Amino acid sequence: MSDIGLYARRLGDDALILGQRLCEWCSNAPVLEEDLALANTALDYLGRARLLLSYAGSFDGKSEDELAYLRGEREFENLLLMELPNGDFAFSMARQYLLDVYEGGFFAALAQSSDEQLAAIAGKAAKEVAYHLRRSAEWLRRLGLGTDESNARTQAALDELWGYTAELFEMDALEERLAAAGVAVDRRALEADWRAQVTRAITEAGLQVPETAWSVRGGREGVHTEYLGHLLSELQYLQRAHPGLSW
Amino acid sequence: MAETTEDLEQAFEAKIAAEEKIEPKDWMPEAYRKNLVRQMSQHAHSEVIGMQPEGNWLTRAPTLKRKCILLAKIQDEGGHGLYLYSATETLGVSREELIDALHEGRAKYASIFNYPSLTWADIGAIGWLVDGAAIVNQISLQRTSYGPYARAMVRICKEESFHQRQGYEIMVELARGSDAQKAMAQDALNRWWWPSLMMFGPHDAESAHSAQSMLWKIKRQSNDDLRQKFVDQTVPQAEAIGLRIPDDALVWNEARGHYDFGEIDWDEFQRVIRGDGLCNRQRLRHHKQAHDDGAWVREAMAAYAAREENV
Repeated sequence: MSDIGLYARRLGDDALILGQRLCEWCSNAPVLEEDLALANTALDYLGRARLLLSYAGSFDGKSEDELAYLRGEREFENLLLMELPNGDFAFSMARQYLLDVYEGGFFAALAQSSDEQLAAIAGKAAKEVAYHLRRSAEWLRRLGLGTDESNARTQAALDELWGYTAELFEMDALEERLAAAGVAVDRRALEADWRAQVTRAITEAGLQVPETAWSVRGGREGVHTEYLGHLLSELQYLQRAHPGLSW
Repeated sequence: MAETTEDLEQAFEAKIAAEEKIEPKDWMPEAYRKNLVRQMSQHAHSEVIGMQPEGNWLTRAPTLKRKCILLAKIQDEGGHGLYLYSATETLGVSREELIDALHEGRAKYASIFNYPSLTWADIGAIGWLVDGAAIVNQISLQRTSYGPYARAMVRICKEESFHQRQGYEIMVELARGSDAQKAMAQDALNRWWWPSLMMFGPHDAESAHSAQSMLWKIKRQSNDDLRQKFVDQTVPQAEAIGLRIPDDALVWNEARGHYDFGEIDWDEFQRVIRGDGLCNRQRLRHHKQAHDDGAWVREAMAAYAAREENV
């Protein structure tokens, strides 16, 4: 597969894996309105996954479903944050907020890509992210300033999530090559703005910016948490049980 | 001069007779109000509980396209629930009270959702049959006498016809697929057919609320008439894709211009309503668990709203 295909595929993996996680919220949200909002967000991610995986597959004649359903754990290159179990509502919302800020910067930059297809997908994603961010930023504030319990839960979520954020701003050889060619986003360049924006929001919500005590990485190399395999078992079950059929 | 209760009742009856809608601020008999709260909240609960059997296949949907369509559909159902709760609130009862009634077993939801969704074909069968049956009922309810309920139905019917089609499409695809897929489709039809017929409720003569509801025009067509309509429209759809409806007595009756069909197992109907369905306890426990798990979030929302007001 070409560099661009591999790049589109890993971005598709990001969208697919978080989209699948968000599906797990269905019928489990604290209020019905949030059930609908979480489904909306999931639909945006799954729609984005379809566009990116279709594009990735176009480089070597594979369908979006072959890429989503017939690869194993080591072939997925999503960022680790995407695959972490949902946890409580505070955990899911804090993750969403950290990612929304990241994706806001990321897709704005990717919309300038020299690859027209990626630029077009990013343009659409940027609009969705703007809406996601408005919502998750409100929730961060609401939970941070709500009750002692909501504050404590959100703080615990941030503390746990923090170690997975370093990976958002690291580049590997593939992305370096593509960034030099004007195709990929230089994610290192997003970090300062992200840190400033996130620090401000966390502080204003009455929460503490976590200490950087530990950090893990590996998603882009296909080295994942143990959670991913279980997510894929569920996602891929029917295609694996009945290979090669049309549904 | 103050109006007497008799005057108010007369005005109410005149409106019903003239096919005018009753609106939230209009006077209405307490029994009419109670009957509506019962029916509308049951309808709302059904939409929300119905998210569970379909959600059961969301993370296992066989293609990304099917997953997106299913998620959009389930989201619609949640939206219908929200819309119906709001319509019910116009009768002076809060959503919180309605949910408490559900959790305490004082309010019901459609008993069909006490059956399990075991295979992917069940997602097809639920859309095709369960939504199909719901539409027949809801089209009729577009003419119900309570304004907010009638208007909710108009909107809901538009979306339900998409749902029915997505379910049928799943069945079409399975019916022309591998032997295993065909068997999966037939098995789902076998299990969902009779419960779908039960959705219309008991025969007219045995229906607890029917007579009064018809007089008040809350209900516009009888259970048996609606059931017949559903059978008549669904049989050709099954034939078109080579699936067999599990009823040996099913036959076209030229003289009546309708299909004759076998007797429903009313013992099973009563058993499942009373609690003997495979999923009765699971559905309620799931709903209650999500609600309880979310209590701290709702408290935070309230505390934050109060804080903002004071700023």
